[in-house]
Amino acid sequence: MSLLELRDLSVTYAGDVPAVRGVSLSVAPGEVLGVAGESGCGKSTITNAVLRLLPKSATVGGSVLLDGEDVHGMSFGRLRAVRWATASIVFQGALHSLNAVRTIGRQIAEPILLHEPKTSRKAADLRVGELLEQVGLPARRARDYPHQLSGGQRQRVMIALALACRPRLVIADEPTTALDVMVQAQVLQLLSGLVKDLGLALVLISHDLSVLGTTCDRVAVMYAGKVVEEGPASVVFDDSRHPYSGALAGAFPRVGDPRFRYAPAGLAGDPPYPGDLPAGCPFHPRCPVAFDRCSEAEVELLDVGAGRRAACLRAGEAS
Amino acid sequence: MSALAARGVHVRFGAARAVDGVDLEIGSGEIVALVGESGCGKSSLARALLGLVRPVRGTVECADRPLDYRRLKEFRRHVQLVLQDPSGSLNPRHTVYEAVAEGLRIHKVPGDERELVAAALSKAGLRPPERFFLRYPHELSGGQRQRVVIAGALVLEPDVLVADEPVSSLDASVRGEILALLLRLRTELGLSLLVVTHDLGLAWNIADRVAVMYLGRIVETGDTARVLTSPRHPYTKALLSVVPEIARQDPIVLKGEAPDPSRIPAGCRFRPRCPAYAAGLPAELAERCEKETLPVLPADRGHHAACVLP
Ligand SMILES: Nc1ncnc2c1ncn2[C@@H]1O[C@H](COP(=O)(O)OP(=O)(O)OP(=O)(O)O)[C@@H](O)[C@H]1O
Ligand SMILES: Nc1ncnc2c1ncn2[C@@H]1O[C@H](COP(=O)(O)OP(=O)(O)OP(=O)(O)O)[C@@H](O)[C@H]1O
Ligand code: SF4
Ligand code: SF4
Ligand SMILES: [Mg+2]
Ligand SMILES: [Mg+2]
Repeated sequence: MSLLELRDLSVTYAGDVPAVRGVSLSVAPGEVLGVAGESGCGKSTITNAVLRLLPKSATVGGSVLLDGEDVHGMSFGRLRAVRWATASIVFQGALHSLNAVRTIGRQIAEPILLHEPKTSRKAADLRVGELLEQVGLPARRARDYPHQLSGGQRQRVMIALALACRPRLVIADEPTTALDVMVQAQVLQLLSGLVKDLGLALVLISHDLSVLGTTCDRVAVMYAGKVVEEGPASVVFDDSRHPYSGALAGAFPRVGDPRFRYAPAGLAGDPPYPGDLPAGCPFHPRCPVAFDRCSEAEVELLDVGAGRRAACLRAGEAS
Repeated sequence: MSALAARGVHVRFGAARAVDGVDLEIGSGEIVALVGESGCGKSSLARALLGLVRPVRGTVECADRPLDYRRLKEFRRHVQLVLQDPSGSLNPRHTVYEAVAEGLRIHKVPGDERELVAAALSKAGLRPPERFFLRYPHELSGGQRQRVVIAGALVLEPDVLVADEPVSSLDASVRGEILALLLRLRTELGLSLLVVTHDLGLAWNIADRVAVMYLGRIVETGDTARVLTSPRHPYTKALLSVVPEIARQDPIVLKGEAPDPSRIPAGCRFRPRCPAYAAGLPAELAERCEKETLPVLPADRGHHAACVLP
């Protein structure tokens, strides 16, 4: 059974900004779901919707089921129990938000002591040590302050923090952005290991398709608040059914492939602002294969076989 | 002729030997990528090449003449720095016009300011330029902001651009557009370009030559296609193996992070993390890894690696 299921989730921010427009996705224990898409397509909005961290002024539709229970129907007490202990988030850019004047050990112990008040100081310290080792840092680093750690080490601390109360679902929002390739590889290897060893369900959010391709089982590509393609990670990039996923994959150079030598590929134009969406398929102004019907009616996300879905009028055509 | 060169450059910050002996040339009209992990000294070398830090040893040459630190202002017109905008290189309270005109005013460049600003914006692909004059950074997309930063450098008609991570936090779609722009500037204006990055894909996309830096030294250099398809240094091999590809095999994930430039090990500086050394080498080679002081790689166009392995 899915640990997390989004059913037709929509989020509209104040001022009539529909940032997420009917997203259905699910992830099971031991599974990694990737969410890709350009800046502003609604990735972090989904993250925040899962643990009800959106501003009060935002309107939410559809449902978010955590272990079968609707998050948006939970009492505040129940919600507090669920945060950290069932699901936790590694927030985008969070490695800059560690408290500078407290040791990282104390920061990791905080949610443990809060959620399991009977835990002794000593037991908490032990658990902190274990968590640090789990993310590949020596337990003695618990005494360090954030400024004593490199960016990659701080990101490991954020992951240890997310694991503090033994959640079964972790959502990692851009966990490797701003890290260099070697450290990025270390962090991705760490996350994959945790999924395998602890049977975690992991949602990995990134604007970098290549990061997702190596780590995820399935990938959902978002555009303008909707999923436009979903399927097994390997095929979504190599054999996309939606021109947008194709363009995103194509924009990522493959080192050693002569087609990319002196030929950086991009995708002209900008994604639309959610408050001002074009009619029909929202991708049509940038789509290289658009035709007249594309600007007429909204395009549904439909099954295209082999566990894949795509929202394109041409999705049925052979590629 | 080289447009910009480092000759035996050393840069120190206290005990840290951030750049520890580097020879590097950027030929006229050439695109060179300087790659390596965080903290290896890329930006420090770039700053030395821009005259922003003074090497404790070695020299910087511009058009084959040693850089005269008393005439930095003149030098800056020839060699311009392009930083990534998210690092705050645009002032949020300045319009696009003001941002681009700033260089002209600092350097008291004669001529019609409006025309020069418009020309620079067009070269950076912001057309028609007048439409962008009065916009503020927050009214632009990430890619457009990066183009404004590039226009700000181009307005002084430099011969060399030094771009430090010009695209690293941009979306893949936008990234390609900016890289295409850099390539076009080389073909159309004959610009030379040093791109500092930890992204090997970027090097593959646009660079003629690549220099791989590790702990203050260049450990491998050569034609991009050769270095990235037949790497010789174990560090380059490891870097290539972790480039996130859509289908890749056996990543060599190095343990630990960029080592400390205030404690550079004797012998080969990569030895403590070298997978080839760790896997066991014949005794006489291993001894060389531990003891031999490897020479500074030459700045010429050949393929060189600082490693005792053949
Ligand atoms: N609190 C808010 N109020 C109003 N609009 C918002 C708010 N937060 C986000 N938005 C808008 O909603 C859209 C989706 O934002 P979101 O942060 O979910 O995007 P994202 O996909 O995570 O982007 P990025 O890759 O830049 O992190 C954007 O257009 C954004 O400007
Ligand atoms: N102003 C400074 N004072 C002290 N140390 C410095 C200074 N600038 C750089 N360093 C040190 O010099 C070394 C090289 O830093 P540099 O910024 O050149 O690395 P880099 O390769 O550009 O890294 P990144 O990819 O993270 O930008 C690092 O160990 C850094 O901590
Ligand atoms: S529906 Fe039309 S515009 Fe949209 S992605 Fe498909 S072909 Fe392109
Ligand atoms: S010289 Fe030895 S330690 Fe250094 S890179 Fe070569 S094999 Fe590795
Ligand atoms: Mg986000
Ligand atoms: Mg740098």
